[in-house]
Amino acid sequence: MSDIVLEARGLHKKFRKGELYTSLRDLVPALAKRAVKGGLDKSEFWALKDVNFQVERGEAFGIIGHNGAGKSTLLKHLCGILMPTSGELVVKGRLSALIEVGAGFHPDLTGRDNIYLNGTILGMTRAEIRSKFDAIVEFSELADFLDTPVKRYSSGMYARLGFAVAAHVEPDVLVVDEVLSVGDFVFQRKSVEKMRQVMKGGTTVVFVSHNLRAVADLCKRGMLLDHGTVSAIGPVTEVVKTYMERGTEGAADDPTKDVYVSRVTLRDEAGAEAVQFDAGQRMIAEVEVTARRATERLAVVIECRDEEMYEVFNTSTQRLGAETVDLAPGEKFTARLALRLHLAPGTYHFGVYVYRYDIQKNYDTLTPAKTFYVRSLIDVRGVAHLEPEVLSQDKSG
Amino acid sequence: MMAMLRLLGRHRDLLYMLSRRDVTVKYKQSIMGFLWAILMPLLITSAGVVVKIAMAEMSGKAIVFRDVLPVAIKAAPWAFFVASIRFSTQSLSNNYNLVTKIAFPRAVFPLSSVASQLFDFAIATSVIVVIVVFSGISPTVHLLWVPLLLALLIAQVVGLALLLSAANLFFRDVKYLVEVVLTFAIFFTPVFYSVAQFGDRGKLLLLNPVAPVLEGLDAAIVQGHAPDLFWTVYAAGWAVVLLLVTPALFLRLEPKFAESV
Repeated sequence: MSDIVLEARGLHKKFRKGELYTSLRDLVPALAKRAVKGGLDKSEFWALKDVNFQVERGEAFGIIGHNGAGKSTLLKHLCGILMPTSGELVVKGRLSALIEVGAGFHPDLTGRDNIYLNGTILGMTRAEIRSKFDAIVEFSELADFLDTPVKRYSSGMYARLGFAVAAHVEPDVLVVDEVLSVGDFVFQRKSVEKMRQVMKGGTTVVFVSHNLRAVADLCKRGMLLDHGTVSAIGPVTEVVKTYMERGTEGAADDPTKDVYVSRVTLRDEAGAEAVQFDAGQRMIAEVEVTARRATERLAVVIECRDEEMYEVFNTSTQRLGAETVDLAPGEKFTARLALRLHLAPGTYHFGVYVYRYDIQKNYDTLTPAKTFYVRSLIDVRGVAHLEPEVLSQDKSG
Repeated sequence: MMAMLRLLGRHRDLLYMLSRRDVTVKYKQSIMGFLWAILMPLLITSAGVVVKIAMAEMSGKAIVFRDVLPVAIKAAPWAFFVASIRFSTQSLSNNYNLVTKIAFPRAVFPLSSVASQLFDFAIATSVIVVIVVFSGISPTVHLLWVPLLLALLIAQVVGLALLLSAANLFFRDVKYLVEVVLTFAIFFTPVFYSVAQFGDRGKLLLLNPVAPVLEGLDAAIVQGHAPDLFWTVYAAGWAVVLLLVTPALFLRLEPKFAESV
């Protein structure tokens, strides 16, 4: 039996570009102009166009999309901050959003006062906060600073207190936006654990993030937004795959380039094109290079970067001992490289360069060319996957 | 209006916390502390005394304490009116980060601004009570008018606060307009003077909805007679109309707030 707690039916939102009349001083001349000229044309655009989805009770639902795809606009509708131009949005029960942690904190007030202030802003009653106060303080790890004004807090402490309050609202539907990047690493882990716990408790979660790994980890179903429309909806792995295959194809061809990367494909060991790999699995990277003019001694450089674009790995065909390649106009070659992915779970970007070492000339850069996702059956974090095992943990003495 | 009361009933804890925030923040770090609350009324009263002395010089009559007392009594409610309108007008635009991010009834902002000013007003009033008691004025039955008159003033302030705070979101220069009007309003409001001094033409001054309230307070407390009934009803009419119209208008505009900030 399905139990829908959140449903959007034909949601449309129209925004106006450009100036609204923000002062009376502007309004009066504008009205006069309007009276003379007739209707004023405004450039309008759809921030959301025919968005439909349903979320069942207890489900974790992910929403992904590029910047400007309409994620934030949709969130603001879910929270009731914006009203749709047309269509309908049904929310059953109390909805709470972890959009901006610490919203409404007043710098001059103490941590204690701000817990109450922020809590009531998020929809709790004072009695409710009083009963959860100790849990909130314990979660934030700020017991010693409760009577310090929050303006003296570090930004990490500030975020921790904000998250601690928000995490204790106990809504029926929880909307989360990017907060997992909050605070230090230890606290991030705590936040993710808290999210899992909330989800186990039967709370419906709508999760919006750029962090594909977090979305894929936490959610079962998801939706891909593109220019305000739903371009994919279904199992989160499918949606993530659609997202990754989008937008990285064919860097705009520049006729001034002598040589360019014409195709990059990532395959699993079986030879099938893939974006998801298990840690320790072999990945085959195929890089096709096409020449417009005759070029000599070409090598292919490949690199992997993590989500923050930090370089994790870098090598090249020449450094691996392979012959360089000479190309005639119109000719192409494909380099196939195998990599064993000893990487911790996460999202990684695969980049490619065409390089000539003796004259140190970089012919073409395509980075990131592809994005892939590594998962692991065991819980490891960081960048590398060192295939850990617990051999023993004997007590002694 | 009932719709708004229901909404606020559900969010009364939020209203309380926001009011408390405004009060705490104001008193916390200022050396002046609670003197803040009586500073404005005190300044207004001093200004009134100067004006009174000037008038006394002109008319050749000596100034007596009884001339000054009405000024003190009118100064506190007037200070409350001015400060409430000033702070509530900007309450929504100043809290834009909350308005655009979290959903709850926006009316809590202007209303908590008024509530925190009420706190100041209460302190100022207790000082006035002491002055009145020591001034040797014998209390009359007409003091019963005072709560009613204050209720009218608060109702007018609440109505205007809702209206102006919303207006300032859509038109950013509303606050400058309000500022200018409030600065000069004291000349059109019987604080330093009484309407009676103008004879029949004084009636025009009573069209200002705050005027009958202030004159009524003077009558009930100092002069010891009932306020003018007609003009009290006139002020009540303003209060009722404002309370009927502005909450409904506010609720209707509310969905557009987040887009207009």
